[in-house]
Amino acid sequence: MLIHNRRHANLWTLLAPPAIWAIHFLLCYVAAAIACAKGGGPWVDLTTLRWVILGITIPALGLILVAGQQARRHWGFGTDDPPHDQATDEDRQHFLGYATLLLCALSFVSVIFVAMPAITIADCR
Amino acid sequence: MPDSEDAARRKAQEARLEKTWETPSGWRYWSAVNNTEVGLWYTATSFLFFLFAGALALLVRAQLAVPDNDLISASLYNQAFTLHGTAMMFLFAVPIFEAVAILLLPTMLAARDLPFPRLSAYGYWCFLIGGVFVMGSIFFNAAPDAGWFMYPPLTTDPKLTGIGADIWLLGLSFIEVASIAAAVELIVGVLKCRPPGMRINTMPLYCWYVLIVGGMILFAFPPLIAGDILFELERLAGWPFFDASRGGDPVLWQHLFWIFGHPEVYIVFLPSIALLAMIVPTFARRPIIGYSWIVLAAVGTGFLSFGLWVHHMFTTGLPAISLGFFSAASEAVAIPTGVQIFVFVATMLAGKMTRSTPMLFAAGALAIFVFGGLTGVMVAIAPFDWQAHDSYFVVAHLHYVLIGGMVLPLFAGAYYYYPLIMARKLSDRIGRLVFWLMFLGFNIAFFPMHFTGLRGMPRRVFTYPGGIGWDWLNLISSAGAVLFAAGVLLFTWDAIWGIRRRADSPRNPWGAGTLEWLNPIPGPDYGVRSVPAIASRYPLWDDPELPRRVDEGREYLPDAEEGKRETLVTSVLDARPIQCLRVPGNSFMPMIAAVLTGAVFILTTFHLYWTGLAFGVAAILSILAWLWRGTAMVPEKHEKDIGRGVRLPLYASGIRSVGWWAMFITMTGDMTAFASLVFSYFYFWTIHPVFPPLDAAGLPMGPGLLWPGVALLAALGAWGAMLWARARNTAGQAGGLRLGLLAAVLLALASGGAMLMGPWANGLEPTTHAYPAAVWVLLGWAALHLAVGVIMTLYALARSLAGKLTREHDIDIHNVVLYWHFAAITAVVTLATVALFPLLA
Repeated sequence: MLIHNRRHANLWTLLAPPAIWAIHFLLCYVAAAIACAKGGGPWVDLTTLRWVILGITIPALGLILVAGQQARRHWGFGTDDPPHDQATDEDRQHFLGYATLLLCALSFVSVIFVAMPAITIADCR
Repeated sequence: MPDSEDAARRKAQEARLEKTWETPSGWRYWSAVNNTEVGLWYTATSFLFFLFAGALALLVRAQLAVPDNDLISASLYNQAFTLHGTAMMFLFAVPIFEAVAILLLPTMLAARDLPFPRLSAYGYWCFLIGGVFVMGSIFFNAAPDAGWFMYPPLTTDPKLTGIGADIWLLGLSFIEVASIAAAVELIVGVLKCRPPGMRINTMPLYCWYVLIVGGMILFAFPPLIAGDILFELERLAGWPFFDASRGGDPVLWQHLFWIFGHPEVYIVFLPSIALLAMIVPTFARRPIIGYSWIVLAAVGTGFLSFGLWVHHMFTTGLPAISLGFFSAASEAVAIPTGVQIFVFVATMLAGKMTRSTPMLFAAGALAIFVFGGLTGVMVAIAPFDWQAHDSYFVVAHLHYVLIGGMVLPLFAGAYYYYPLIMARKLSDRIGRLVFWLMFLGFNIAFFPMHFTGLRGMPRRVFTYPGGIGWDWLNLISSAGAVLFAAGVLLFTWDAIWGIRRRADSPRNPWGAGTLEWLNPIPGPDYGVRSVPAIASRYPLWDDPELPRRVDEGREYLPDAEEGKRETLVTSVLDARPIQCLRVPGNSFMPMIAAVLTGAVFILTTFHLYWTGLAFGVAAILSILAWLWRGTAMVPEKHEKDIGRGVRLPLYASGIRSVGWWAMFITMTGDMTAFASLVFSYFYFWTIHPVFPPLDAAGLPMGPGLLWPGVALLAALGAWGAMLWARARNTAGQAGGLRLGLLAAVLLALASGGAMLMGPWANGLEPTTHAYPAAVWVLLGWAALHLAVGVIMTLYALARSLAGKLTREHDIDIHNVVLYWHFAAITAVVTLATVALFPLLA
């Protein structure tokens, strides 16, 4: 799997965490758009949708954490400080791991950001 | 070897390189395809459009300087602001990124050229023709006049808008082709054409940005192309995608436009910030602090920017929860954007800053951009945006972001890179004056607009009454605009005439550490004398002997023995040399193909369909002729010595060939356009309580199951035949290959015919309702892909018959099969959507 048990980091493992954010975002948007468009009016109760959003947010966050674990491993668990600028296999791996780890952090926060409207908004107005 | 003999050998090598990469003279100059020429034309042309669009802005500001002004008519005013926005975005901001990247990227990679020089040239000519067509329309009082985002239903009515909207739609669709061509070129360039040893963790940050932006173009531009197709079908044929009275929805256009439009802001912003990422370390005299953080910022922004589009649509009445998602993502994108600013500031603080004109512009850019970013955080909050929407507050915000984030960094880049491109430095004394004129002029012009907006002035009004609190603010804004323009003009004077009085710049005038400064100034046509092996992020700082070794031809590819243009292809992560790529030389074919392609779009604008079709056929033939003579060329030997004891193959196919990557990247963009059409179909499902709608007999409309079923089987058959043909070729059976190709052609034609028969036989009339129109457009799209597949397959057949496609030399069949994977996916998804989804719904 892309975010787990990969021996070597590459561009795909780098892109995986923000891709999880993108999929989560798209699912939230599509689910809400359908719930409101097909629900029948602005007063539709969104309780189900809010549970659905919780139900996709927790796995998304979990996947990002898994990706983060792998990224930390690729980074060498921080044994070697940045800038990782040597022309070696090791530094290439550490750099990709570190950048992926940063992207995991950003994606994690962004997933929470995107899910937050579901905490407070209860209908389709 | 004695020194004299060695010197003679080097001279001979240089002479051969010189002759091989020579820029043609006389009228043949315009057949050049090398990045140095094409990049220069591209940059100059987009700068000219910038000046033109700026002049339109001055016209707008002159009209608004005083209340109740009658300097220009409302109609001309509408054309002026529409073209100003359109040109600044489509003819300046995006193209100049491509232009600068085509110009600089090969120098940063010490590559002789990018992998597809003729594609760059084609893109340039498309851009020039499309740009002149769109901009020229204002001289005939026929320019688009409904704002740069062309909202229907105002714009879908041909009587109301005249031909202007068609010029916008077709002219810009044509230019988008150029953007996608550039994206292909730049992505493959960064991934595959780095010098040996320039690993992914040591490549210049500019390359990271180019890579990300190239990817963003593939996902951002195609939705607009899809939208343009729907829009033109509505205007030219009456298919009611955006007409609410016939089941369409104008808001769909807003979605498609802004799925493009918001990422586009970052598409223009990131490459300019990338210039700062090259400039700041040079003047801080130290490596950038937080290289990985910049990568985080570029990748993170690239992704998050696709979750922002609805923040342009906060007032369309979408449910609050949807607005919430986009508002949240709009706030989240401030994180990676801020990270970049902090990285630059940290690098400046940690280094020993030297004062210079590029840094002056860089600092001014950051100040203005931060201010624009803060108002961006404000308008990202939906309730605030409801108040500020469509007011001058938004005009102020967007100019702060674009001029701070894009224009001023670009000027910093111009001052920094002028010696590299034009061999002379721009004047520092004039530069400081230019900066202060632009910086003060900008703030005087745009800062008051925040208040004009908060005082209620809507954007796009051609005049306003006096005494309601807008007079002085507008007058100040207009005065500022004049100052800003004076700065730009002074820069232009210095760039064209001022430098003529100056001496050539010394080599590496700023003492930079990155490879673009490796060459002597002015540099030879062939670029680097030999391609160096790289082992650090700042090779010129870390290895002071490097320029000497490169100049003496001691690195890779120091010669052009066969008189062929060659550059190195390396592996994606670690840049290990894998191929010596022969790139095609100068040719008029890209220009001819662009003229013919342009003619199709222009003739369609004037409803001359049959002539347009004839030119379309001619354009396809010209592209085929260009491909036949310039791609997948069979080399005279298998491999060659590139120096330092390394031998590399001259021919590579499948995933190892750059052409395969280009096809893959192009088709990714194509898939995005297709996904946008599918999105439109499902969008109609969400807005209609009954879907598909019922026909006159009270039964659900639809293309039925029979014809789509036949089409599906035939399309899968064609795809299977292609796979079989490829396998036969690998087995060395030319007969099997040709049989497979022929079978694929016949099956594809049958499938395309069956696709169109479905709605035809079931009486789906596309002008009656958005549903049948959506079905037709999806099936038409899939059938068109099969038709293109047929042309490619016949081309492969012809190549096989001509002996250019064989078991050993099989680039063509691999690339055509790759295309067929995508065509098959398109066919399957289309048929499932139009035939099976109605059963579920």
